[in-house]
Amino acid sequence: MDLWGISYELTSFLIDIINFFIYGLGWLLPGVLGDAFNGLGDWLASTGVLNILTMIVEALIVLIVAILNVITLIWIDRKLLARMWDSRGPFYVGPLGYFQNIADGLKLFLKQVITPSKADKLSYHVAPVVFIGSSILILAVIPLSPGFALSYERAPIPGGVLFAFAIFAIAPFSILVAGWAQNNKYTLIGGMRSAAQMMSYEIPLLLSIASVFLLAGSFNFGDVVEAQANIWFAIPLFIGFVVFLVCIVAEIERIPFDLPEAEAELVEGWTTEYSGMRFGFFLMTQYIRGYAGCAIAAALFLGGWHGPSIIPDEIWFLSKAYIVFLIFVWMRASLPRIRTDQILDLGWKRLLPLAMINLIIAVAMKTSGWF
Amino acid sequence: MAEMWINMGPQHPMTHGLWNLRIKVDGEIIVDAVPEIGYLHRGMEKIFEHRTYPQIGPITDRLCYGSSFTWNHLYCLTIENLMKLEIPERAKYIRVMVIEMQRIASHLMWIAAYAADLGLLAGFLWAMREREIFLDLMQALSGSRLTYNYARIGGVAADLPSDFERDALRAVNYFEKKLEEYEALYRDSKIFLMRNQGIGVLSKEDAINRGVTGPTLRASGVKYDIRKDQPYEVYEEIDFEPQSSPDCDCYGRYVVRMNEMRESCKIIRQALSKMPQGPVRVKTPLIGPQGDAIGRVEDPRGEGIMYVIGDGSEKPYRLKVRSPLFVILSAARQMLVGYKIADVVAIMGSIDVCMGETDK
Amino acid sequence: MIDLETELRSRIDGLKRKIVRKAVATCERRIERELPEKIGKELSELHAEKGFIRMRVERSSILKLCRLLKDSYKFNHLSLITTVDWDDRFELVYHLFSYPYNCAAEIKVEIPRDDPKVDSVTPLWGGANWHEREAYDMMGIVFLNHPDLRRILLPQEYEYFPLRKDFKMELE
Repeated sequence: MDLWGISYELTSFLIDIINFFIYGLGWLLPGVLGDAFNGLGDWLASTGVLNILTMIVEALIVLIVAILNVITLIWIDRKLLARMWDSRGPFYVGPLGYFQNIADGLKLFLKQVITPSKADKLSYHVAPVVFIGSSILILAVIPLSPGFALSYERAPIPGGVLFAFAIFAIAPFSILVAGWAQNNKYTLIGGMRSAAQMMSYEIPLLLSIASVFLLAGSFNFGDVVEAQANIWFAIPLFIGFVVFLVCIVAEIERIPFDLPEAEAELVEGWTTEYSGMRFGFFLMTQYIRGYAGCAIAAALFLGGWHGPSIIPDEIWFLSKAYIVFLIFVWMRASLPRIRTDQILDLGWKRLLPLAMINLIIAVAMKTSGWF
Repeated sequence: MAEMWINMGPQHPMTHGLWNLRIKVDGEIIVDAVPEIGYLHRGMEKIFEHRTYPQIGPITDRLCYGSSFTWNHLYCLTIENLMKLEIPERAKYIRVMVIEMQRIASHLMWIAAYAADLGLLAGFLWAMREREIFLDLMQALSGSRLTYNYARIGGVAADLPSDFERDALRAVNYFEKKLEEYEALYRDSKIFLMRNQGIGVLSKEDAINRGVTGPTLRASGVKYDIRKDQPYEVYEEIDFEPQSSPDCDCYGRYVVRMNEMRESCKIIRQALSKMPQGPVRVKTPLIGPQGDAIGRVEDPRGEGIMYVIGDGSEKPYRLKVRSPLFVILSAARQMLVGYKIADVVAIMGSIDVCMGETDK
Repeated sequence: MIDLETELRSRIDGLKRKIVRKAVATCERRIERELPEKIGKELSELHAEKGFIRMRVERSSILKLCRLLKDSYKFNHLSLITTVDWDDRFELVYHLFSYPYNCAAEIKVEIPRDDPKVDSVTPLWGGANWHEREAYDMMGIVFLNHPDLRRILLPQEYEYFPLRKDFKMELE
């Protein structure tokens, strides 16, 4: 029973309940009105409308599962960091403090929204929407297993992974626009630094996944995971895996790469003038992109959902993604920040040659027939 | 991009206190820097002229709240020089021990704030945890955790509580082992070295010319420590080495302060073992003599001096305070020009700013 | 072994202290001998004891004396500039220190109250810059040839000089 099947059953059940009331009304009301209601009921139960509603329900289920994962990731982040620093983390709201993030989100909803008077209104309001919108869009194409995917068999997106990374790369533009729109010279500097950092780490990122495409032979998530049935790609392409992880940490702006938004530098960097839920959008997007990066790392390098069949495929996939995230938390707990020019130095001078070497290794492996 | 003036402060999470740093940047490089102080000026020198000698003691605690016993002790030393008082031996040893504990607490607060600025939040929380041990010890002695008013003219306020020596020795042994662990966190971290080496260079001639003292001077290669070269209290009988470092940058200042914490542990052990029994306070006259006197100590941030002029009454005629950070901040321009904006945090953090004593 | 090490250490420390004391004594003797000839009758008091040399000099030759002390006797560290308000005159007290000789000096200068101007020693020691600005801010003493004489602790528009004795504080 895959995702489409579950959504179809759910949608038909909902339509049946609604149609019960509509047919009832159609039977009660006389004449033209009754015929109109009966016609409405028939239209709702027709195949076309049912398909569309199923797609919507399917997308909602994927969204809810992904957001739940993101909230769990934030909870793991806070608890694990606290334990590494000899404190306890949230423990008050919910079991082991699980609902603390929801409480924090509610708090942000209730804050006063202050708009700077000289800010460019359109860009100021649109930038956070573009930012979070594009990041949530990535979550749509990541399959958790052959059954739990929005587009695996019915309408596979031919370039699934490529689509994900293209959307991933929209973020620097929205950061630049956000930094500029607040009419504040500190946020402008922060926005430019952030955009420079992200754009210069896109290239080693894409080179390292290019080597994965070479060995797998296609751009599809499903094909890439199936090609890892014998051996995970992380083992022959170990350099590529490491480059990929470092680039993801730089893309999502965690410590050690979070100079643009560090408190001590220029007071929250490029989000200074945002308040309330808009600020919440920026914070949440960092974790959404983190989850997307970890999930893609698990799919491309760590074998996706291949594993012993006692554990369901989805759980196996998520565990691999969470293990990658644990490495990110460990890095955050123990490393200081790197300065922007040193970050760019690292990206262009060290990661780019490593990604090239990785690509050459992949080419060699492909042509010698190992894969 | 054209050159522009940026204000870092007065409300800024990085600046450890209330002061304003105006820097002129050309792109990302700093071209000029003008520190502006005076936001915390409380008119202490004028207040001192209207309070009697015992009443001034608690006020001197508030001069630098990060290392308050040092200023308290400096004031008592100066007045004892003025009145030509001899204080008992036990009081001298107790004072030395508490000075060194205060030095460790102050340096721990420095490393906590420095690590937090650089993004190494582990260093922040761990250093604050160790600082709690020393604050608990000083609370056992004096009753408060931050401003003690423990040194009085003529000795110290009260004798040590009954289990203090055992607790202090245990604390010092525990702390020395933990210090090794913390140093590994910083010394082995390539990113920390990248952010600190070669940054904020203050050459030896510049340092001496601008009157810089303390760990900042010792990190520029001048091995001058008031505790060794012009000893006061019982520092002549205690065996320790002043620490210095030949590289004149932020990393040198970090090394000097970490090593100073180790030396302080040694001093505390020796003071505890050599302490004689006896009274801890002598009676002091309420009326001060005429004349002037000077007292100099080694504050955790540099050389602290108090100069008092008495006029035969119960209040001093003039009590002048020289704070080490007042002079080091005037040399900030030399340390900042030529580096990037992101280095301001590292440089300003490495000189350990505490605005209480700068603004008086 | 431990006793030998501590014994050696204390002997070396004792030797070091003797060397330093000799250097200090030499410096003191040289100053006592040579300064009155170089400065002349503007130097009114000179008194040296245990590494601390007190002097009193006229206002017009403070820069000359400081330059002499810095160049010939290596007083390379200016610790403190204090201002005192006796009711009929101001007094400036400079505290200097010499790192090579481990010797301290105190110079007192009297300035008339109605003409509070004196030469600045900023060309010799860069650290004097902020000390003199604070002296101007608190007491109103004007330093000639100072690169940037303006208030440092109080706001720029403040009209009074608080540390003067005629600025009365309101007590509770």
